[in-house]
Parts: sequence; C-alpha cells; structure tokens
Amino acid sequence: MSQQVEKFFNGVRDIPLEDYFTPGHRLCAGCGPAIAMKLIMKAIKMPTIVVNATGCVEVSTSMFPYVSWRVPWVHVAFENAAAVASGIVEALKILNRKRGKQMHDVIAIAGDGGTFDIGLQALSGALERNHKMLFICYDNEAYMNTGVQRSGATPTGAATTTSPAGKIIPGKQERKKDLIGIVVAHKIPYAATASISHPIDLMNKVRKALNIDGATLIHVLTPCTLGWRYPPSQTVKIARLAVETGYFPIYEVEDGRVKINIRLSKFKPIEEFIKIQGRFKHLLQPENERILDYLKKQIEENWSRLLKLEETGIRI
Amino acid sequence: MSEKLIVEKIVKGEFTWRSLPPAAMISVPTSMMYKTGSWRISKPVIDRDKCTKCLLCWVFCPDMSIKRLPDNSVEVDYEYCKGCGICAEECPVKAITIVEE
Repeated sequence: MSQQVEKFFNGVRDIPLEDYFTPGHRLCAGCGPAIAMKLIMKAIKMPTIVVNATGCVEVSTSMFPYVSWRVPWVHVAFENAAAVASGIVEALKILNRKRGKQMHDVIAIAGDGGTFDIGLQALSGALERNHKMLFICYDNEAYMNTGVQRSGATPTGAATTTSPAGKIIPGKQERKKDLIGIVVAHKIPYAATASISHPIDLMNKVRKALNIDGATLIHVLTPCTLGWRYPPSQTVKIARLAVETGYFPIYEVEDGRVKINIRLSKFKPIEEFIKIQGRFKHLLQPENERILDYLKKQIEENWSRLLKLEETGIRI
Repeated sequence: MSEKLIVEKIVKGEFTWRSLPPAAMISVPTSMMYKTGSWRISKPVIDRDKCTKCLLCWVFCPDMSIKRLPDNSVEVDYEYCKGCGICAEECPVKAITIVEE
C-alpha cells in the first residue's frame, strides 16, 4: 500500500470560491451540518447529483418554494437514500455508455437517523452492490429535526428527550454504534471519519472518495447547538475538542487498512469536552461517575484497537 | 421556466406547486430570496487593521455570509448573517467582535 496521500487542497487558500450550497437556508444559527454541507459542496468536481434523505438538512434547505442547492438535488424518504442513489448511478451508467464518457458523480447525504438506524438496510444493500457513489453521514448524535430523540448514534450518557437524565437513568445507557466498523465489513474500497473542525481534511477526503470507483462512505461529526445544548458560537470549538479529547478519532480505512489521519500525542481530558454541553452536564455529578468511566473506557478501547490495527496493517 | 420568471413569481406570491413542472422541480436555488439576516439579534463587525487574512471565518461560516474578496480580505454579508458568532470565536487574532444590533 502506498503511504502517499494525494492532497487536493493544501490549505485554506486552495478552497474554491464557488458555493453550490447557497445562503438563505433555514438551518439554526451556528448549525454544524450547514458547515459540513458547505465544505462538502466546495470539494465536489462538477457535475454532481445529490440525493438527500429526510433530516435537518433536507427540511431546512427545501422549504417550498425555496431551494438552497445549485446542483441537481433529490429529496427521498428517510430510509432509502442509498437505494435511490444506486438507481441513479445505474441509470447514469447507461447514459455514460451512450455518451462515451463519465458524466456525473452521485453523493447521498443522510443524517445519523438516516444512516445508523432507519437507512441502514438500504445502505447495506448499496455498499454490497458496490455502486460508484459517495455516502455522507452527518452525525449530530440524535434525531435533532424531530426534537432530539435518542438514536443509534447517541453516545453513552447523553441526555435526549427519550433518554432524559434524571433520578432513574443518567442519560442513554447503551453504546454508540461503530458505523465505520459496519461499513468496512462490507469490504468497500474507502471509508473515513471527518470533523467540521478540520475542513481541509474533510474536503480532501470527499475529493478522494469521489475519485474512487466503488462505494465510499464518510462519517462527519457535526455538533448541534439545539440538541447538545451549548451557545451557537461554540460549534467548531466543540467539534475540535471532540477530536482532541479522543472522543471522535479521525481515520480512514482504505481497502481494509486503517490509517489514522489526526494523531494525538496527548489527549485532552474528556471533561473539557463534556462540561460545555448541556446534554452531558449531569455526568460531572459524583453519583454519575460510573457512566463517565464507561464513556472513558469506550474511548480508550477504541483508540487502542485503532492504533493496533494501524500498526499491524491487518486488513479488516 | 426561466430563472427570472420564477423569481418574479415568488415576489408576487403567484408561485404555487401548480406552476411547477412534473416531479415538483425547481430549477434555480431560490433560497437566496429568503433573507435570513432578519433572524439576527447581534452582528459581527470586522476590524480591518487586526485582520491577518487567514480566511478561517470564511471557511467556518455556516450561512456563507462572509465574503472573500479578491485580495483575501473578508466582509460580512448582513443579508444572510444569522449572528451565530462562530466567526468571532474562531478568529485567531480576535479581529471580529459581536455587537448588539
């Protein structure tokens, strides 16, 4: 395997001026997914077709008659973004054969509900068939659009309206699903995680994935000011803390081999990340130490697994 | 339907789902018509003397309301700015301040 990582964008000044995601959308002030969409749409090679599953981004960017996309964009139901995208890829294959050249890229965008829970079976099918498409999961760790219900992506200890922190339970009791683990088990050529706090890394990954002939997936962490309960100005800071505390490792899996993109020599304490968020506030109380320790153990386990996988170069 | 015609019809309030082609297609990014600046309660102000042209505010703005000029300096588009304050938070030299509207 070549260790050379192709760089499409070297710095902030290489980011193109054009926006294919236009202002006037009705996402919240300080919305994390809005930053992710903007950066993803800046990294595309035109022309591109976007398939958007129901979620925050879909409802706020397509409120009749206002549309915020400069690219062909399809709204589909919660569960079938990957299925519709595969249909479009197959239709384009015939068109491309007639025209004699590759015309369009297909990007499917879904939230964590549309990827981890409701859209998982359509996604699994599309990955197994290995269509040439990029699936982007913007993960705000709960069903934010419908009023902050817990999802498969909600981390241990987070308070949501269906897992409220109180006398009986201290937030969600279960673990967060390992999405990259699930998709890599389909033996797809490329899967990666990214964070909006590292825009060049995110954009390089999008461009790299679009250049690969096969199904690819990028899992982007996008903090949500409403559901995570913090002031809107802290969005990027929280995303950065999530990376620096080791809560959200940034890595890519190419042909089954793990490569950690953002290596941490020293982890910041996880308390720094949780103390500014209302959904985790109860974890700092002494009686909830057990659940905080469980969260810390998960982070440690995940990192030692990733480091071991990278070191040994085993194909997963 | 041409871009200009759609925009005109939206302004007049004549634009309904009946005027759309099949499959509810809208051919232009019409959300530019909706000025989200009216949501704002405080606004960012850029101090040009302190600005080092690092462009981080332009990268992180969720509403595309920081404009990058040809000389890499920036200015705020108050028509769409929702006043979230990410630009002021991320500015490494604190050249952006949030002031009450």
